[in-house]
Amino acid sequence: MWHVAFSELRKLRRPSLFLGTMGAVIFFSGLFSSLLFLLIDSPQGNGDRGRMIGREILALPTGGVRGFASVGSFLGIIALCVFAAQTAQEYTYGTLRNLLVRQPSRMKILIGKLAAMKIFAIIMVILAALVSISASILLAPRAKVNTDLWFSAAGKSAILETFVNVIISVIGFGIVGMILGLLFRSPISAISLGVLWLLIVENLLVAVKSNTEKWLPGSNLSAIAQGGTPTLEYKHALIVGAAYVIVGALVAAGLFKRRDVSN
Amino acid sequence: MSELAISVKDLTKNYGARVAVSHATFDVPYGTICGFVGPNGSGKTTTIRMLLGLVRTTGGTGEILGESITHPEKYLPKVGAMIEGPAFYPALSGKENLNVLAALGGFSKERVQPLLEKVGLGDRGNSKFKTYSLGMKQRLGIAAALLPNPKLLVLDEPTNGLDPAGIQEVRELIRDLATDGTTVFVSSHLLSEIEMISEYLVMLREGKVIFYGKTAELLAQQQPVIVAKSKRATDLKKLLKIAKNSGHSASIIAGAVHVISDSSFAAEFNELAFDAGITLSSLNAVLPTLEETFFEMTGE
Repeated sequence: MWHVAFSELRKLRRPSLFLGTMGAVIFFSGLFSSLLFLLIDSPQGNGDRGRMIGREILALPTGGVRGFASVGSFLGIIALCVFAAQTAQEYTYGTLRNLLVRQPSRMKILIGKLAAMKIFAIIMVILAALVSISASILLAPRAKVNTDLWFSAAGKSAILETFVNVIISVIGFGIVGMILGLLFRSPISAISLGVLWLLIVENLLVAVKSNTEKWLPGSNLSAIAQGGTPTLEYKHALIVGAAYVIVGALVAAGLFKRRDVSN
Repeated sequence: MSELAISVKDLTKNYGARVAVSHATFDVPYGTICGFVGPNGSGKTTTIRMLLGLVRTTGGTGEILGESITHPEKYLPKVGAMIEGPAFYPALSGKENLNVLAALGGFSKERVQPLLEKVGLGDRGNSKFKTYSLGMKQRLGIAAALLPNPKLLVLDEPTNGLDPAGIQEVRELIRDLATDGTTVFVSSHLLSEIEMISEYLVMLREGKVIFYGKTAELLAQQQPVIVAKSKRATDLKKLLKIAKNSGHSASIIAGAVHVISDSSFAAEFNELAFDAGITLSSLNAVLPTLEETFFEMTGE
C-alpha cells in the first residue's frame, strides 16, 4: 500500500498541481479571514451568507479560528476536485492498466491513493490554518477586536479542535470526489457534477425547504468544519456526513474491484 | 517449475451475448519469442488483458510463469507489459513517469536512467510526455515494461508509430531479451516482423485459436509454390495450360504463373516449357510467407 502512496505522491507534487492548489489555498484562506475583520462594521455582514459576526464574538477563544473554520468548506471543494481528478484521470489517460499490472490488488491501489491524497489534503489544511490564523492576528487590532482569549488555553484548544474538524470535513469532501471519479471515470464529469451539486443544487434545495439541509452531504460536511452551525448540530453532521462517505465509498470500491479494465 | 511461460486452456471471455474469446488454448515455452497474431477484433487484446488480470475470465484456466491467472499478484512482479499502446501522465516527464511506476512496483529508481538509454530516450527523459512523438511514447512504453527486469514480457503492437530504424531497434531489443532468457509474447500487425523474430506463434480468428506452435512448422505445412515468368507475356496462358495438364493446380497472379507444387516439379516444368517453345525469364520455388499464410488461414 505504501508503494502506491509514494507513487501517487510523485504525481501530486507536480508543480502545476501542487503550486496551483496551494496558491489558491493561500489566496482564499487569506481572503476569507481578512474579510471577517475588514468588513466587521459592514451592514452587508462579514460572515457566510451575510451573517454579522461582531467584535464580542470574535473576541471569544474561538475568534482566532473563525476565518479558518469558514474557509473549511471551500477547502473541501478544492479537495473534491483534486481527489476526483487524480482518480478519474487514471481512466482517461489509460494509466490504470499500468498501475494494476504493477500492483494487482485493487484495494491496495485505492487505499494507497487515498493515503497520498489525505497527505495532500492535510498539507492544504495546515497551510490554510497558518495563513488564516496569521491574517486574523494581524488584522484584529485594526478591527479593534480583543485577542486576549485567543492565546488562552481555551483559545489553543479551539485551534486544535477546528484544525481536526476542518481535516475531517476536507477529507470527507475529498472522498466524495474520489467516489465521483470512480463512478464517472472522467475528471470533467466528476468535478462538474460534484461542484454543481454542492454549490447550486444543495443551496436551491435548502432555499426551497430549509429542513432538507439536515440531510444533504455538502451541508453536513461543511458544518463539521465549523464545529456545527446554528441549524446543524456537530454530532448530527458528523453522523450524516460519515454515513454518506462510508456508503458511497463501499459502493465505489465494490465497483472498482469488480469492473474490467478495458480502456 | 513448469517449462511453459504461458499455458491457457479453454480461456473464454463473453461480454453479454458477444463472445470476445472462445475456448482459447495455447502454450508458450520459456525463453521463446512468441508472436500473437489475428485480425482486428479477433480477441488479442482481450486475451492479453485476461493474462494480466485486468479483465475477468468468463471461463477456462491458465498459468503464467507457473502461477494460476486467478492470482496475478503472484506472477505480475516478474512480468513486464505494454498493452494497447503507451499510456502515461502527460504533465510528467518520461523519467518521472517511470519513477512513478518504479515507486509503485518497489523497484530501484537507479533502473530508470539506464532503461531510458536502452530505448534511446536517454537525452529526452526530462521532457514532458506530452511533447513526445508517437515513436518516443512507444519507446517509453517499452522501457516501462522492462522496469521489473521481467521473465515474461508482453508487448501489444510495440512497433506502432516507429520508423524503420526504430522497428529494427525494437526487433534487436526483443532478440537480445530472448537471448537473456526472457520470454517475449508480442502481438503485431507487421507479420513480416513477427515472421523474422518469432519462433512460436499463436494465431487467433474470431476469438478462437486457429494455430499455436512453431512458426517454422506452420510455414512448412503450407503448400510450396513454383512461380514462373515467361519471356513473352503472351506465353503465360500456354504455361498455365502445361501446368494444369501435368495435374497441378495453377493460376496467373501478377504476370507470373503460380503452380502449387514442391520444387521437384520445377525441372520438369522447365523442360515442358522449353519443349513447347517457351523461354522462361525466371523460375522459383517459394514457400508462402507468414502474411500469405495468415490471409489464407484467417480468410482476411
